[in-house]
Amino acid sequence: MNPLRRRPASQPGAEVELKVRGLSVRRGKRTVVDGVDLDVRPGEVLTLVGPNGAGKSTLLAAVCGDLESEGEILLDGRPAASWNPVELAMRRAFLTQSHTLAFSFEVEEVVRMGRAPWAGTSREDEDDEAVAQAMRDTDVLGFAERAFPSLSGGEQARVALARVLAQRTPVVLLDEPTAALDIRHQELVFTVARARAAEGRAVVAVVHDLGLAAAHSDRVAVLADGRLAACGRPEDVLTAPLLSEVYSHPIEVVPHPRDGRPLILPLR
Amino acid sequence: MRGAALIAGLTGALVLLCLLAAGSGQVDIPPSEVLGSLLHRLGIDAGPLPTAAQGENALWVVRFPRVVLAAATGAALGCAGALMQGVFGNPLAEPGVIGVSSGAAVGAAAVIVLGLTGLGGWTVVGLAFVCGFATTLLVYVVSRSNGRTEVVTLLLTGIAVNAVSTALLGLLLFMSSNDALRAITSWQLGSLAGATWDSVAVVAPLTVVGCVVACGYARKLDLLALGERSARHLGVDVERLRLSGIVLIALLTSAAVAFSGIISFVGLVVPHLIRMVTGPGHRVLLPASALGGAALLVAADLVARTALDYQELPLGVLTSVVGGPFFFWLLRRTRARSGGWG
Repeated sequence: MNPLRRRPASQPGAEVELKVRGLSVRRGKRTVVDGVDLDVRPGEVLTLVGPNGAGKSTLLAAVCGDLESEGEILLDGRPAASWNPVELAMRRAFLTQSHTLAFSFEVEEVVRMGRAPWAGTSREDEDDEAVAQAMRDTDVLGFAERAFPSLSGGEQARVALARVLAQRTPVVLLDEPTAALDIRHQELVFTVARARAAEGRAVVAVVHDLGLAAAHSDRVAVLADGRLAACGRPEDVLTAPLLSEVYSHPIEVVPHPRDGRPLILPLR
Repeated sequence: MRGAALIAGLTGALVLLCLLAAGSGQVDIPPSEVLGSLLHRLGIDAGPLPTAAQGENALWVVRFPRVVLAAATGAALGCAGALMQGVFGNPLAEPGVIGVSSGAAVGAAAVIVLGLTGLGGWTVVGLAFVCGFATTLLVYVVSRSNGRTEVVTLLLTGIAVNAVSTALLGLLLFMSSNDALRAITSWQLGSLAGATWDSVAVVAPLTVVGCVVACGYARKLDLLALGERSARHLGVDVERLRLSGIVLIALLTSAAVAFSGIISFVGLVVPHLIRMVTGPGHRVLLPASALGGAALLVAADLVARTALDYQELPLGVLTSVVGGPFFFWLLRRTRARSGGWG
């Protein structure tokens, strides 16, 4: 048996880094992601923003190995491709944009699927607690026994997020976790993301709402035309000139009267 | 809990049905005597022996191989159906519906018509497996897009595959002698009339191995319901699971088809009913579908050979008469849920 198999992704709380160097994705002749360098650090929330078609989801999918790409992806000190599927699943979790389910499993069964990578390891003992915490954090306990397909879009999105959180990986990648959610649950998702980052995990999220990105990220990466236009602290990156250019629409940024965080508004 | 109760219940039902089926026919033997005869053969002196003339012979030469073959075939069909639905991520996938059964049947018929004997008693099942595997792979590759199979594409592919297989079967019929013709026709309708211990010796081990291995994939099949990407991010080697699944489906289908012909809809109806009782988790679904399929086919075969005096209804016709409308209902329900398809 391969000695690396079942090698646990370090102990609970240990830190894992994700580094991306010169990542490019081509679709046919078009270059959708073009030479992106990105460091995802333990203990921080990094958001990816940018206009439609900028390559945010493509970048995230390529980082996860769902798409063919050129360049280097290092996870926990080794090329991501050198880990086997279980080892990868112990290190990083990924929330996709669409949440389909072929059969009508109940909500709790779906969340429990997130524990699959840990089956047969010492961390299997956390299963019940991890599932319970993830369901509490995402506010899905109220319909734990309902069938997943019978839920509304926003409810399904939260269940899918709960499944990803239950996986308890050091790196958490979320593709538009707030897309289908109301304002309360949008805030809830980022509160949870912040809490997970505070535990030493690295959280990456694609978001469209610049206000959410400004309020909750440690760093923001702005993508435009497949390139990284800027990456840094929200107050440094989310500036009116940069955003106006990237989004091709005049945008003003004003400091919040109470805490000074940037408020981002289109000029109307 | 519910799963364990269901499996226990199905096992009990299967045993009772087997005793009943073995006792029914032109020579009636009460279940207690059937049980007695079985126990005596196992070296346990308990229960009464068959009192009817030729009772012991009727049981051991004709009835038992037939009942065992029915149970094995039904188990293979039920398990293959549940497995196929899991691998395809589509509740309408079934070996009969999408043409895998008829693909495997072409292989089996070729052996009968051309008189091939390369692998001895295993020749029929061997070629059925090769053809079944090729068909499953073809349907799988053709009907997928973006990591899932669409219902419409799947069914249309099934029509195309069935058309080609039927044509090839027709060609084989055209080439065959009168004796082979009759054999193939009754076999094409699906029948267990030719059951012997020799056929049981081939089908039963394949079914048992297939079902046991399939149950080992239960957890991964659950994850596959989330779609390929999400399953992969939970540590499933999707490519490998898919290939193993297809090999198993072909194995189980060819075991079922080789001696009893095309019996459709068992793999569709049984897993669906089980899901309604215990939910879609494959750890219960796979074994329960095997048991349920076995019970259903033993019962169906009993009806097929006792409903008319001195005549047998073709088993495949019987299952299709019941299964066809069920499939239609399922189709309408799926369509209503997904908001119609063009």
